[in-house]
Parts: sequence; C-alpha cells; structure tokens
Amino acid sequence: MTQLVVFWIFGGVAIGSAFLCITRRSPVVSALWLVSTLFALAGIYVLLEAQFIAAVQVLVYAGAIMVLFLFVIMLLNLGRRGPSDMIGWVGRLVVLAIGGVLVVELWVLRQVMPAAELRLPAGSITRFVEEQGAVGAISEPLFRGFLIPFEITSLLLLAAIVGAVVLAKRQL
Amino acid sequence: MLLGPSLGVSAILFSLGVAGVLFRRNAIVVFMCIELMLNAVNLSFVALAQQLGREGQVIVFFVMAVAAAEAAVGLAIMIGIYRHKSSVNVKEFNLLRG
Repeated sequence: MTQLVVFWIFGGVAIGSAFLCITRRSPVVSALWLVSTLFALAGIYVLLEAQFIAAVQVLVYAGAIMVLFLFVIMLLNLGRRGPSDMIGWVGRLVVLAIGGVLVVELWVLRQVMPAAELRLPAGSITRFVEEQGAVGAISEPLFRGFLIPFEITSLLLLAAIVGAVVLAKRQL
Repeated sequence: MLLGPSLGVSAILFSLGVAGVLFRRNAIVVFMCIELMLNAVNLSFVALAQQLGREGQVIVFFVMAVAAAEAAVGLAIMIGIYRHKSSVNVKEFNLLRG
C-alpha cells in the first residue's frame, strides 16, 4: 500500500514534469523539467527493484545527457526569449487528438498481461538481489547472455564519439 | 503489483513524448521529447523485468547506451545546422529537399 502511494507520487511528478517539459517556451526550462522527470523515473526504478538501473539513470541520463543538452542550448545561445516555436491552434488540437488516441491504444494494450507460464515466481528479483547484490543481479545476465551485444555497444560509442567530432568540427 | 500502474505511467509518458515531437518546432526540444519516449520504454522494460526475468534490465542498459550515442551525434548535427542557418527551427531544415 505504502509502495503504491510512493509510486503514484513519483509517477505524478514524472507525468507533470513531462507535460511542463513539452509546454514551456524556453528550452532551458524544458530541459530542467525533463531532469525532474528523469529523477522521478529513477525513484520508480527503485520501487521496481532495479536499484542499479536507478543509479545509472541518475548518472547517465540526469547527469551526462542533460548536461550535454544544456551545454548545447547555452552554446547556441537559445536561452533568450524569442518567438514561440509551438505550432498553431489547429495543430494543437490535432496533436491533442493524436496523443489521446495513443494513450487509449496503449491503455488497452496494457490489459494484456503476460501468460502465467512465462512469469517468474513472485519475489524472485528480490531473491536475486539478496543473493548476488544489486549489481551482481544485473551483471550476471549482462556478461553471460549479452556479452557480444555489450562489446558491440563499445563500438557504437566509439563510432558516436568519432561522428560527433567530425560533425561538430569546422574543419578537420 | 506495480506492473499495471507502471505500464500506465509509461503509456502516458510515451504519448507526451509523441505529442511534444509534433507540437514543438525547436529541434533541441524535439530531441528532448525523443529522450522522453526512450525513457517511457525503459520504464515498461523495468516493470516487465520484475515479472519476466532480469534480462529486461539488461536491455535498459543498451537503450541508455544508444540514447547517449544518439544525443551526442544529434547535438553535433544541431551545431552544424545552426552554423549554416543561425536557427534550430525544424521549419528551416530543408537542406535535403530537392
């Protein structure tokens, strides 16, 4: 019960901040509301027994990626007040309709629960965390089942670094 | 127990991300909305991992790595476009138009 109350506090903060993120005019303000959403999501991850993912969420998303966003916004000097970048009233109604339809679709999809045979016995993630620790519980499948994808991720990051330097540099 | 509510929050966040992409013309805010959508998907992965096995949490890891790479390259493109157009309004991005 307490868990559900805490969940809805975090969930409400996440949804409210996400709404403010897409409706505020200044990109800096939008970015700061997005940081608030990401923090609230980290809280939800802890409730869902993914403590390590929550820590990585704060470090990588709320830390590194949002700093990169704010850095670019300030580098391009977009923080100052300019003309609104939002679409007109007809467009807003269309967006509202599309968003509403999408929410309804996903809400209906949510009713389909995974089959009982596929489910783990209740509390098995808690047991993994107790036996192997929060990091061990995720690193075991990561380095056993997903070793090659993990190595390919390092290539992806290398390609991204080289690509970012090539694209952002005036001349090589 | 939290699976249903988590998938609900995930659905709402994803829809807000889609709405934001359609609603804004500032390319950097559009990028932030894409991050919002990726986070909504991450949330449903973590929620389902609780029931279907911890591999779901591993996938979240990979999504985060891809998101970081995408943000780095995307923002570099943004800087390049700003240099040409002095604007990040998506209406003025017409370099690929024939």
